[in-house]
Amino acid sequence: MKSAVIVFPGSNCDRDLAVAFEQITGTAPAMVWHGDSALPEGIDLIGVPGGFSYGDYLRSGAMAARSPVMQAVAQAAARGTFVFGVCNGFQVLTETGLLPGALMRNAGIHFVCRDVKLTVDNTQSAFTAKYEAGETITIPVAHHDGNYFADDATLDRLEGEGRVAFRYAENVNGSARNIAGILNDAGNVLGMMPHPERMIEPAHGGTDGRRLFEGLVEGLLTRA
Amino acid sequence: MKARIFVTLKGGVLDPQGKAIHHALSGLGFEGVNDVRAGKLLELDLADGTSDADIDAMCQKLLANTVIENYRIEKVA
Repeated sequence: MKSAVIVFPGSNCDRDLAVAFEQITGTAPAMVWHGDSALPEGIDLIGVPGGFSYGDYLRSGAMAARSPVMQAVAQAAARGTFVFGVCNGFQVLTETGLLPGALMRNAGIHFVCRDVKLTVDNTQSAFTAKYEAGETITIPVAHHDGNYFADDATLDRLEGEGRVAFRYAENVNGSARNIAGILNDAGNVLGMMPHPERMIEPAHGGTDGRRLFEGLVEGLLTRA
Repeated sequence: MKARIFVTLKGGVLDPQGKAIHHALSGLGFEGVNDVRAGKLLELDLADGTSDADIDAMCQKLLANTVIENYRIEKVA
């Protein structure tokens, strides 16, 4: 399988995500610069990494969402390519319109950087298929703008369609309905604030993030 | 030609920054501040004849996130 990690000026988790992709898929991803207007041929999985793209100018993810490469990412997502946005990547995906809602300043104002407990809500997507429904997992967060907001109708729709992938088991940042990660309607785009790529080997203090990537590999094999 | 774009959070959207500013004002002893909402002011220097529709499109496409924000355009002569 072929994967790519998008790199914006100010991304700082692109290499972490690349390591996770390489360890679990067996192949190093292509690192694609934000100014590129096309992705390499035949990409099955695109990672939009964490960090502070464009210094979080205007709004977190706002500038990155309008960069040339994100047009290509949106087209790939529409074709069914897996797109995985972590932290700033989640902010970029909402700003691009690939996922509904917005990520606002944490309700407690503080930057939150620690391990948190998440509940797995949906196990129907490739991203979450390797988890048990209702399972509690531990994944680190590190963000200032992780407070998920959407209007009530959107939240009801997300819940009704089973598109909430992960919820915080505690109130971490004021997110509506404790939402930590959501899927698009087709289930091939996931955005989440916590960092599963930082929890994939015992030296990280846990491996709860690993199954997300394993699920994607399996999802691609079944699809092929 | 200049335009000022005021970007503000929609009513009902929590504004932790405004709350912190409010708290700081109270700490300084300013009484009677009921609420504070923080927003942004963007000043655009535009070519003469830039249409209102274009300015509006700039706000819609980039300057404001209409999921959470409202914007108001003020043209300055």
